[in-house]
Amino acid sequence: MLELIQMEVNGKPVELAIDPRESLLDTLRNRLGLTSVKRGCEVGECGACTVLVDGHAVDSCIYLTVWAAGKRILTTEGLLGPNGELSPIQQAFVEEAAVQCGFCTPGLIMTAVEIVGTGRRYTRQELRKLISGHLCRCTGYQNILNAMERIVEEAYRAVQNGDVHCEIFPK
Amino acid sequence: MYDLKSIYRASSVTDAIEALQQDPQAVVICGGSDVLIRIREGKLSDRPLVSIHGLPELSQIYLEPEGELVIGPAVPFAQVTRHPLIQRLVPALGEAVDQAGGPQLRNVGTIGGNICNGATSADSASTLLTLNAVVELTSPEGMRRVPLEEFYRGPGRVDLHPAELCTAIRIARKDYEGFYGHYIKYAQRNAMDIATLGCAVHVKLNQEKTAVEQLRLAFGVAAPTPIRCRETERLAAGLPLDRELLNLVGRTAVTEVNPRTSWRASREFRLQLVRELSQRALTEAARRAGGVLDA
Repeated sequence: MLELIQMEVNGKPVELAIDPRESLLDTLRNRLGLTSVKRGCEVGECGACTVLVDGHAVDSCIYLTVWAAGKRILTTEGLLGPNGELSPIQQAFVEEAAVQCGFCTPGLIMTAVEIVGTGRRYTRQELRKLISGHLCRCTGYQNILNAMERIVEEAYRAVQNGDVHCEIFPK
Repeated sequence: MYDLKSIYRASSVTDAIEALQQDPQAVVICGGSDVLIRIREGKLSDRPLVSIHGLPELSQIYLEPEGELVIGPAVPFAQVTRHPLIQRLVPALGEAVDQAGGPQLRNVGTIGGNICNGATSADSASTLLTLNAVVELTSPEGMRRVPLEEFYRGPGRVDLHPAELCTAIRIARKDYEGFYGHYIKYAQRNAMDIATLGCAVHVKLNQEKTAVEQLRLAFGVAAPTPIRCRETERLAAGLPLDRELLNLVGRTAVTEVNPRTSWRASREFRLQLVRELSQRALTEAARRAGGVLDA
């Protein structure tokens, strides 16, 4: 039996009929076509399906869509600039060659959005812990950490200069 | 899509309890990081769910007027760690739950769920035991309070009556004031792993910071449920901070636990961990309390 729910997805209000048994992963991919949200382990271990729910990174595979009613959901699609530009976080991933097969990338980018959003500085060790909910089988993580370090530093500076950019801090 | 029979979203504690009363088969789901995994494994498919996810009544951390710390069971681990009252009064608890799973899991998994599923490996449990935490349970018959130590009834079993809901975790002022704690999780990976052994210590030193006034020691995965080591605690009280104390704690603790051999580790290895981690955790807790203990 379908149920109507309302939520905000990537800044837009959405009303849709869902099955109460659906995970947020199912809904985002199958009903809204947001395929940056990857279906990986489906038990909350690999982090490929990570999205932000009210600003917090969660594994959408173990989050029921019914719980998302009234909440703000952000996926990598929501980082797209008005003219199709990449966000600074994505750009950092590109420039640091933090992407190989790309399957873990959208999830890691969303975790990066959560981290960067704090406007704090982090050591590499802290960043290692903060990305520990993601599995990447290609990169060996070093370039991912390089990208994270760089974007965290840029965001910190932006905050210090009072020049907080909406591209780094998506709504 | 989850293979679940039905899910009822409770609007309040009263509503949740009524729903549980109406269907004795119903299972409570809160953060979902445990129940949904079990459903994915093909379990619980014939059981209706009652969701208390994010219920505001169960999602607060606050102090009672007399100083009792109250933690809502539906508070996710990450929020426990970040909360100013936790950081100020029971920082070791915030650090302990910061070792469960990974960051995304800690944004959904809750401290109440960690206790109520009865797992001996629960990262919050041993530290809560050392804080003499009390579980507040609400049912159609009313409310009762059970010390966490008595709440555990066996592997995966807790003292939850039919239609009963955990509505708070309480720590009395006398149980945190003056105490300093430390939790050590030993696992095969630094993240996304279940403890091979967990060791929690809370210690109160004498005024000169030279001797133990009160020790509290608890373990996860050292027995079918998280356990306190009362005999070790009794023997340690009043002893000076020295090598002798550490030896005694390690030596006595192993006599109070009963770990099993599993694919993660053998009984013998877990006993070795009990001996070693109890000493390390006490050393760190004593250091935090302002004492010096050379390990």
